[in-house]
Amino acid sequence: MIEVKDLHKGFGDVQVLKGITTTFEPGKTSLIIGQSGSGKTVFLKSLIGLHTPEEGTIAFDGRVNTKFTNEEKRQWRQEIGMVFQGSALFDSQTVEENVMFPLKMFTDQSQSEMLDRVNFVLNRVNLENSNHKLPAELSGGMQKRVAIARAIVMNPKYLFCDEPNSGLDPQTATVIDNLIQEITDEYKITTVINTHDMNSVMEIGEKILFLKNGIKAWEGTNEEIFKTDNEAVVGFVYSSNLFKKVRVAYLNETN
Amino acid sequence: MNYLEHIGKYFMMLGQVFKKPQKFRVFYESLFKEIEELGVKSLGIIMFISFFIGGVIALQTALNLESPFIPKSLIGFAAKRSIILEFAPTFCSIILAGKVGSYITSSIGTMRVTEQIDALEVMGINSLNHLVFPKILATVFFYPFLIALAMVLGIFGGWIAGVLSGLFSGVDYVVGLQTDFNPFLVTYAIIKTLVFAFLIATVPSYHGYYVKGGSIAVGKASTQSVVWTTILIVIANYFLTQMLLT
Repeated sequence: MIEVKDLHKGFGDVQVLKGITTTFEPGKTSLIIGQSGSGKTVFLKSLIGLHTPEEGTIAFDGRVNTKFTNEEKRQWRQEIGMVFQGSALFDSQTVEENVMFPLKMFTDQSQSEMLDRVNFVLNRVNLENSNHKLPAELSGGMQKRVAIARAIVMNPKYLFCDEPNSGLDPQTATVIDNLIQEITDEYKITTVINTHDMNSVMEIGEKILFLKNGIKAWEGTNEEIFKTDNEAVVGFVYSSNLFKKVRVAYLNETN
Repeated sequence: MNYLEHIGKYFMMLGQVFKKPQKFRVFYESLFKEIEELGVKSLGIIMFISFFIGGVIALQTALNLESPFIPKSLIGFAAKRSIILEFAPTFCSIILAGKVGSYITSSIGTMRVTEQIDALEVMGINSLNHLVFPKILATVFFYPFLIALAMVLGIFGGWIAGVLSGLFSGVDYVVGLQTDFNPFLVTYAIIKTLVFAFLIATVPSYHGYYVKGGSIAVGKASTQSVVWTTILIVIANYFLTQMLLT
């Protein structure tokens, strides 16, 4: 479980996060949504330790990350898997080398043991026979799958994804969503996804956190988001006619 | 950001770079890869330029020494001194600052803007140590060999130019090479090379690592890194010459 209490973060005179408090449950997929500039990315980067909060705490299963010793921090880092918006694959390395990289850095496994693990996770993300390709030779969806494979190769307890569907066609985006959901369920990972994709909200949002101007404006499940009267959420999520119709259909069906 | 802030940030970067590598197996792999990228792949351009510049130095010296009272062996002597003292260590380092410096800045800068450095940090890897330390070791260990090769080829180029042009004989040239040979001058050139190699690895790494923005920012950082590395090489050259030869 990740517990966030009163998180503040700013850059110079601009205060981006203004006191966010929330929890992310293990084995569940939590989504952070909000307009551009609402503080989603800063919030996610604060969770993974790329930004140091000015105030507030982030506790990972009771361990506050700002109080870690160097060794504890090193250990905690290995419990984290991260899928970046642009995949962030090392472009000079092949798919196999990319996925193997964390194992090389943090384990003493033999080459064959590492290769077995790499092949296992690549199979898990349905990416066989691409071991020796470079990231530039892969499609966007395949790159995302390699990034997911690299993120889970160390058996993380926490998985963070920054806009995993950006730049993907709807069909591939759904495949990536389902893959993340399956992996979360299978390994009981605490998964936090930063997204703009409303399909993801409807499909896999077991918990949704809506940020507006650096504060938590709404929190609930993907079922509750259909019923909410919160103007900010309704204005953001149901801004397109399609989703307005989906909401009306859902409410008619459930009433 | 003012110059003092940049200097402070540069030295703070070095503080992170000079840490024990987290995994020696990965470090050795990176080191050999960098030796190939930064050193071996620069062999061609350095050999080519050294040979021809050596030839030009010998020809220019010969053309400007027309007095019959000046021995022809002076051409070999002057060419040797010019090549060992300045051409090989300084001129070649400036060429390497352009070729290797822009490569280092653009590769690290691209890693920055595509979040590859963030990915390393999230994994718990000291990205500066992982990316920059192998580059420093690769240049500091390999460039003395590269510069020694530049000296040999430059002097050989001078000999070939003289023989082909007929401006001086090969024998005169070799006599000039052997005249008043001071081994410390080679040591001086190697010391300069070590300092320049360090600058060639670290200054472009600094510009690449702290780049902000997108591809245009990476391009600008590459240009700036080449300019600053060249400026620092020229300044370091002046002070090293004063410290070691006067």
